[in-house]
Amino acid sequence: MNETADTMNVPRSRAWTLFGVFAFVALIAAQVHAVLTSPADRDMGHLQKILYVHVPAAWIMSLAFLVVFVFSIRYMWRGQEKDDLLAAAAAEVGATFNGLTLVLGMIWGKPAWGAWWVWDPRVTTTLVLFMIFVGYLALRSFVDDPERRAQWSAAVGAFGAINVPIVYMSVRWWRTLHQIQSSPSTMDSAYVLGLRTNAIAFMLIMIYFIRRRYELARLRRATELIADAAALGGT
Amino acid sequence: MAWREDWRRVRVIAWKDITTERRSKAGFNSVAALAVTILVLFGFALGPEAQALRDAAAGAVWLAALFAGVLAFNRSFQVELESGAIEPLLLYPGSRWTILAGKLLANALFVGLMLAIVVIVGVTLFQVTIPKAWPSLLGLFALGAVGLVVLGTFYAAMSSRTRAREVLLPLLLFPMLVPVLLAAISGSKALLTGDLMHEAGAWIRLLVAYDIVFVSATLLAFEHVIEA
Repeated sequence: MNETADTMNVPRSRAWTLFGVFAFVALIAAQVHAVLTSPADRDMGHLQKILYVHVPAAWIMSLAFLVVFVFSIRYMWRGQEKDDLLAAAAAEVGATFNGLTLVLGMIWGKPAWGAWWVWDPRVTTTLVLFMIFVGYLALRSFVDDPERRAQWSAAVGAFGAINVPIVYMSVRWWRTLHQIQSSPSTMDSAYVLGLRTNAIAFMLIMIYFIRRRYELARLRRATELIADAAALGGT
Repeated sequence: MAWREDWRRVRVIAWKDITTERRSKAGFNSVAALAVTILVLFGFALGPEAQALRDAAAGAVWLAALFAGVLAFNRSFQVELESGAIEPLLLYPGSRWTILAGKLLANALFVGLMLAIVVIVGVTLFQVTIPKAWPSLLGLFALGAVGLVVLGTFYAAMSSRTRAREVLLPLLLFPMLVPVLLAAISGSKALLTGDLMHEAGAWIRLLVAYDIVFVSATLLAFEHVIEA
């Protein structure tokens, strides 16, 4: 009963709307500032500007998947539904940023490397990570029983995260044992500030998105419980 | 003497699965036939030039084993579900991980036999000469098979109980198996060409690490997954 009451008590706060507005304003400001102030790159010219969306997206993707890992383990440890719903929200947001990272990287790679796709270790690992979390989200949508869904996706989420370094190492060996990939150039200090502010703005967006998806997941669970109670003839 | 009891339980469950399979043989025969068919199709896609076939042999053999193996993993739990045997199995006293360990053993035997057939057919169809270092190649195949079976069996415990098991298992499993496939294919390829770059050892170590990590992780997590 206690847990039902807890599930029904869906958190909703006006403060989060303000937070969201703030996050979007911060993102726009950081983007405008970075794009206007950064000098054109010697080799890449203004193509360099994609740095301010691609790199933060990649960082935030990693951060979101770290949240999935931590809350999946926590769910397996304590068995509280909130942890599962938060992990699921972070997985959705992480997969979105993951897709964004891949697409932006390809847009950059076509003019810079001359191809939409290269089998670079980091690029390939990012793609495998995307596939792992597409599987995670598919599993969630195919399992109806909430406890089963939570237990299973906790295992899949944790295993996926454990696998990332192994995938990276295997792809790197697969590449470097045959031919050497040129490493990305080191960065000029003129670009560092813009990158940092955008990373923070992206993080605010991530927190806001995860929060909203989490609230939505809690609401869905609450409606399911109401429907169950009504079907059983309760109030 | 707890471990002795556990080990006995593992053996009994493995033996039960092997016996079911041995009596019908339907599962194994069709899965092995499918694997051979996939190999022949790879031959059409990549051949008929002998050198091209030889270069692609390792990749074709492992992918054929993977595609056919996926069917076997789902089967090993579906048999339990169809006869309503999974609940009684869970009601028996003792640790739950023994159920997974038993199924792993049975599936490893199943996939091992299938791999043997696939390799023999592959060597013939793709005109491969067996290298002097064939014991290392055998070890690499065993390690690769363990990696395949561990996550395959674990994820089948979930996917076999969902609505979309045919699509869900490959969707979950294939990305997770990227390191196993890369290591098994590249390692086999290296050993087949005489391991001139001395890279086979690195791939074997990667497989050992992967197997240790995921055998431990699946045995730890299985209790949560099977009870839900």
